[in-house]
Amino acid sequence: MISQFLDLKTDKVLQSIRDGKRLDGRKLDEYRPVSISKDVSVNAEGAARVRIGETDVIVGVKMLPMKPFPDSPNDGSLSVGAELLPIASPTFETGPPSEESIEIARVVDRGIRESKCIDFKSWGIVEEELAWNAFVDIYAINHDGNLFDASALAAIAALSDTKIPKLEDGKVVKGEFEGKLKLSRKPLLCTIAKIGNSLVADTTFAEERAQSARFSVAVTEDEYLSAFQKGGLGSFTASEIDSAIDMALKNSKDLRKAMKD
Amino acid sequence: MAIKKKEEKEKTEKKKSPKSEEKLEYVNKQGKRLDGRTVEETRPIKITVGVVPSADGSCYLEWGQNKVIAAVYGPRECLPKHTASPYKAVVRYTYRMATFSVPDRKNPRPGRRDVEISKVSAEAFEKAIFTEKFPNTAIDIFVEVLDSNAGTRIAALTTASVALADAGIPMRDLVAGVAVGRADGHIIVDLNKYEEDAPDAVDMPIAILPNSEEIVLLQMDGLFSKKEWQQARQLAFAAIKNVHALQKQALLKKYENSESAEKPEKTEKTNGSDVQ
Repeated sequence: MISQFLDLKTDKVLQSIRDGKRLDGRKLDEYRPVSISKDVSVNAEGAARVRIGETDVIVGVKMLPMKPFPDSPNDGSLSVGAELLPIASPTFETGPPSEESIEIARVVDRGIRESKCIDFKSWGIVEEELAWNAFVDIYAINHDGNLFDASALAAIAALSDTKIPKLEDGKVVKGEFEGKLKLSRKPLLCTIAKIGNSLVADTTFAEERAQSARFSVAVTEDEYLSAFQKGGLGSFTASEIDSAIDMALKNSKDLRKAMKD
Repeated sequence: MAIKKKEEKEKTEKKKSPKSEEKLEYVNKQGKRLDGRTVEETRPIKITVGVVPSADGSCYLEWGQNKVIAAVYGPRECLPKHTASPYKAVVRYTYRMATFSVPDRKNPRPGRRDVEISKVSAEAFEKAIFTEKFPNTAIDIFVEVLDSNAGTRIAALTTASVALADAGIPMRDLVAGVAVGRADGHIIVDLNKYEEDAPDAVDMPIAILPNSEEIVLLQMDGLFSKKEWQQARQLAFAAIKNVHALQKQALLKKYENSESAEKPEKTEKTNGSDVQ
């Protein structure tokens, strides 16, 4: 994408959304094709690669036995990080995590954690000594918008593919496993952008430049909402949030199908 | 050392005791919560305007146990220059917690939580401030939490909003907010730490421009149904109206007795001033 033309494209996005159309011909609430592949990395305990249109994200999970936090001596823990690689976009730079990447990681983390899909108690190995820690790391490979949803989908796909390493005397035996990680729910993130006065799902990079605000909702299969995050410089009315939640509930079902295929 | 450790342990156990007492009654039959509030009641809020003489605008707020100080500098030169915008002022918001503001010592290095809160709070003010009036400048908002007991990001935002008004920065409206959520099945306003630690707790910080009811900050974690979101939202909007009234009252109080007639707060609101 040639950056000089981005502003022109932003104007074009705004114009066409005003007429209820998108540049790629999708409906306002429609996702681009979603595909998920696994076995991205042999060394990762779980991994997944998600493509939504041209957006491409890889998530790898490493399981490490570590000393539990003193206030929860039996519990394991989850930590999510996001690397917005300069590979993925002319707008990303090397260096310490940007605000953008911290926000993505924390919203993905909240959606998973707060859905209570992980029984952290069951991750304890030796009380006060050892418990499993899942490090979920998101790597953006190509950024054509909607990194939030792609990251969350890849994270949950990778976690549901994660194997728990075999332990001997508190040390991991490389290449041997004791079973799979259990998830009681699979929360998915659905982000809705406000462009002009319209609500739009699964924005492209150009559409994101035209959006005034975005709203992400994590949705479980039993239609509970486990995280909200409003971002962007604009605002939403209460009824717009209602509509966005409806759109997210509907879209999460389609995303779930992609996960099963 | 060993003795000290034991003491510490006893202390932490004491702190935890209300949590481990199993089956707390978060809302009793009389509709009262653990600290005696009703479900739609916020903790007491006290706002003082103009507490940092060096700043262009400042504010100190107590919200229950939360104590927050905010200072605003700007519009001023935006440095480093490449971060400036030729179209508008850049709003920068720095949320930090003092090391002693939490039960354990907080690492003074800003963590990921501080960064995220600062980001969403800055975004919340963009809609309120007439940023287009001040191209190439920065408006810096610094907020320090001095004592905390759940709901600090909203307390910080509420404080910062008053500090911005005190700095005379033109705004469409004050930004006002509240955290609403759930404890033990009850939808409640302004959760305190015990309520936030309920097994089924949901925490939803929300901030709006009170006059237009536009939502400028919204986050949530926990498991909510759509219906619960709508219930929580209604309680939040009602509570925010009170927060907004207190913000206006505090601003009025500073300027009603002052000589500086050029501040709009004074002339605009003299009608209502004798009521307070």
